[in-house]
Amino acid sequence: MGPSPSALGAPVERREGRAKVTGAAKYATEYAPPGRVHAWPVPATVARGKVVSFDVSAALALPGVLAVLTPESAARLADAGDPTLAVLQDSQVPHHGWPVALAVAETLETARAAAGAVRVRYATEPHDVTLTRDHPQAYSPEEVNGGHPGERRQGDPEGAFADAAVRVDVSYAVPPLHNHPMEPHGATALWQDDVLTVFDSSQGGDTVRAVLAKLFTLPEERVSVVCEHVGGGFGSKGTPRPHVVLAALAARHTGRPVQLTLSRRELTELVGHRAPTLHRVRLGARPDGTLTSLIHEATTHTSRVKEFVEQAAVPARVMYAGGSSRTSHRVVALDVPTPSWMRAPGETPGMYALESAVDELACALGMDPIDLRVCNEPPAEPDSGRPFSSRHLVECLRDGAARFGWAERDPRSGVRRSGPWLTGTGVAAATYPVLLSPSRATVTAHPDGLYVVRLNATDIGTGARTVLTQIAAEALGVGVESVRTEIGVTGLPRAPLAGGSAGTASWGWAVHEACRSLAGQLADRSGPLPPGGLTASADTEGTANAESPYARHAFGAHFAEVAVDTDTGEVRVRRLLGVYAAGRILNARTARSQFIGGMVMGLGMALTEGGSVDPASGAFIGSDLAGYHVPSHADVPAIEAHWIDEKDPHLNPMGSKGIGEIGIVGTAAAIGNAVHHATGVRFRELPLTPDRVHV
Amino acid sequence: MKPVTYVRAGSVAEAAAAHAGRPEARYLGGGTNLVDLMKLGVERPDVLIDITRLPLDQVEESPDGALRIGATVRNTDLAAHPLVRERYPVLSQAVLSGASGQLRNVATTAGNLLQRTRCAYFQDLAKPCNKRVPGSGCGALDGVNRDHAVLGHSEHCVATHPSDLAVALAALDAVVEMAGPGGGRTVELTEFHRLPQDSPDQDTVIRPGELITGVLLPPLPGGAVSRYRKARDRASYAFALASVAAAVQVEGGVVRHIGVAFGGLAHRPWRARRTEAALLGSAPTPEAVAQAVDAELAAAVPLRDNAYKVSLARDLAREVLGSLIARS
Repeated sequence: MGPSPSALGAPVERREGRAKVTGAAKYATEYAPPGRVHAWPVPATVARGKVVSFDVSAALALPGVLAVLTPESAARLADAGDPTLAVLQDSQVPHHGWPVALAVAETLETARAAAGAVRVRYATEPHDVTLTRDHPQAYSPEEVNGGHPGERRQGDPEGAFADAAVRVDVSYAVPPLHNHPMEPHGATALWQDDVLTVFDSSQGGDTVRAVLAKLFTLPEERVSVVCEHVGGGFGSKGTPRPHVVLAALAARHTGRPVQLTLSRRELTELVGHRAPTLHRVRLGARPDGTLTSLIHEATTHTSRVKEFVEQAAVPARVMYAGGSSRTSHRVVALDVPTPSWMRAPGETPGMYALESAVDELACALGMDPIDLRVCNEPPAEPDSGRPFSSRHLVECLRDGAARFGWAERDPRSGVRRSGPWLTGTGVAAATYPVLLSPSRATVTAHPDGLYVVRLNATDIGTGARTVLTQIAAEALGVGVESVRTEIGVTGLPRAPLAGGSAGTASWGWAVHEACRSLAGQLADRSGPLPPGGLTASADTEGTANAESPYARHAFGAHFAEVAVDTDTGEVRVRRLLGVYAAGRILNARTARSQFIGGMVMGLGMALTEGGSVDPASGAFIGSDLAGYHVPSHADVPAIEAHWIDEKDPHLNPMGSKGIGEIGIVGTAAAIGNAVHHATGVRFRELPLTPDRVHV
Repeated sequence: MKPVTYVRAGSVAEAAAAHAGRPEARYLGGGTNLVDLMKLGVERPDVLIDITRLPLDQVEESPDGALRIGATVRNTDLAAHPLVRERYPVLSQAVLSGASGQLRNVATTAGNLLQRTRCAYFQDLAKPCNKRVPGSGCGALDGVNRDHAVLGHSEHCVATHPSDLAVALAALDAVVEMAGPGGGRTVELTEFHRLPQDSPDQDTVIRPGELITGVLLPPLPGGAVSRYRKARDRASYAFALASVAAAVQVEGGVVRHIGVAFGGLAHRPWRARRTEAALLGSAPTPEAVAQAVDAELAAAVPLRDNAYKVSLARDLAREVLGSLIARS
């Protein structure tokens, strides 16, 4: 007998696929409670200052307008630890696009017109929205995103660099990037007898509930959050964003269910962005390629609302052996929208810089870039000294090289010409940490043979619902058709958010434990099940989040082939290939989709994506999908994603690492390195658009 | 909220009648730009006069060999039309390089000519823009202007015209036909779009109530070849950073016909008269072509972020002209 089609690893189709393609799947603003009305924010049109006065008379005069909420009329919110959610609480304007008022009306069109009719008078102050390498207000933060120390130092990196036989000292720039999930952020909120219900587009309903309960000073039991289907998030929906708070404020104020969807342009200023990063990387090596010094300094911005520091120098603490290192961050608070998580925060811009610099070092050494990486493979995590739970970077590089045809590569750059095209290939490594959070889950065996798994996980389009069903089926020893998985609403067993590539591992651990417990009980018992079935539960608090003696990370290798049009400077990717070592792959179909999705997003970062801040107004401009260029189909070539069979007993009962983010991590560097191989010119500022590449 | 009346016109006369006395009326073709601008609050028409049912949806050959393109011919149909593909490849290529398949399926010929600039300052009501609100200033002049004009701009406006199709038409000596309250008239395509000067709110010379009914394409001389090439930020669905449309006929080693226009560089399709004058009647050596292109671009005045456009346009034009001369 072959493996069951429901076995973990099988390419099981998304359980909600039919509902999605037929439109039956409901997203946050597709719920229409009776009496539902619409809200539209009034964004600040200045970057710094305060609101002096509002004139809402024209807005209120429009037929169908119910209210215009301002800091004077909106309910007071308690502190929930996230100042980006303190909307309509005071007259301060911390950045362009900050919501200063909110129009509520019977129809969407009226709400929008009313928001446009609100007249706002500002007292403006001079603003600063421009990040520079030597900004006078830049400081060294104690801690960066992810709880990492802002600076780490090993040995004497400056001295080792000065003494190194071969050195590179290079700077890179990554612009602001926007998440732009297909479904914009939106929520439907209603109050019934002091119970708040929200349908939200979020990566974690329990987090939304906890935060709303704090903001509105309610016990959590009086807040209910539904996130049944979510059209992508990439980090921008990781924690509650202002839209859900605004919807809840408006619903409380008007006594009507309120729906609010942010426009594509509003997303860029209200839900976070990947902050721009300026990198300086210094690598020193012996002539044989052995690294003796690694210094990675990252400078970034945050807002004046709260400190968020992209941990761009952190991946360098994981990657390479070598005596001395310094990895440090500087940040400056500017009058800009608050940055936040975007797919592989830290790793993505950090590995772009580090892996580009490694490629530059390989060129300086006259060494193959794969060989250079292999010869600096560390025996343990360089910064912490902890052993790796598993690390198969070298296997990924070797396997990818074989599949890609790397052995035939001519290392010379700028020599492969065909008509106007110069072609080249590049490689880069990737890493992403294994993160885990505690979760609860229950599973019930029903007399009719159905098993129902319950936990408040969120499927943001990744296939979580499907893979949790597979985990349950395997642990129960039944087929997936016998398992129903209920997720996406508070009241189900508490579960962490879908983020940090940790969702499946965290939820799956609890599901696995509950199912193994139930299977044990079923094995011990005879006779029919009670009418209500038999339920087992699990809570991984204390186990899933226990400190591990191991350094746990996924690794990967990216390969890219590009063609550069010498007439125009247009760069087109011809091939992308990734090989990943991410523990056990739980669903071949959805995993491939995640890897490829990450690689496409990395392609966009390399070639087409970049936010622009208008210096005069402090606004992100041109940031709809016509102006902010995510890759089109024509940009995306044949992409291959492979993985190696990695067995790691130090992770979770499934043996899996996260896969949602590692696909993006090294893609931009691989493409940039290929562009150098094609042209012989090193471009160090992304994206690689014709204005930069055309010479 | 401003209510909008929708009227479906069955004839040019009906369309004109619906427009009469309504300065805020707008003709609605494919709506691919107008409806976007309505959502942004940039356009606030009180009447939308749907002209897509007018009998203007054909590409017809006239006895003198000219081609008449009806105003409501969809971009996709225009690009695929056998006579267009055979005689004016530059036009077919230009259309296919623009927008996306979905947009081309509904966008019309006349609507394409009348589309507004995609300047981000024009599209944002909170920003100054002389094109949208005369006298309010130009946000792009000292703002983010990587995509903006290097030729023919003024201190009042540095926007570019976004069309690809119009650039090909400019190189082909096309003529715009209009019906209007004062009767019909024709205007050369190169005179149809304006430079911004001190009134950038006027994109074109069209008068209130006038309706484009078609575009006339004169025949190219026998043996002429043509081509469109565009540089852009991504492989599809992106406006031109710079583009070149050209039609060339070389006979006996001498240029007998030449039409060259740039896109992405100016407030209108930029007919390269200096380049043409330098090459017409002479032997088009690579050096001559290079000098002729430089003669046109010598007038460029780049902004802070867009100096790259000059060299990009230069290399595009040299390559396109060189390839056409080699083929002709």
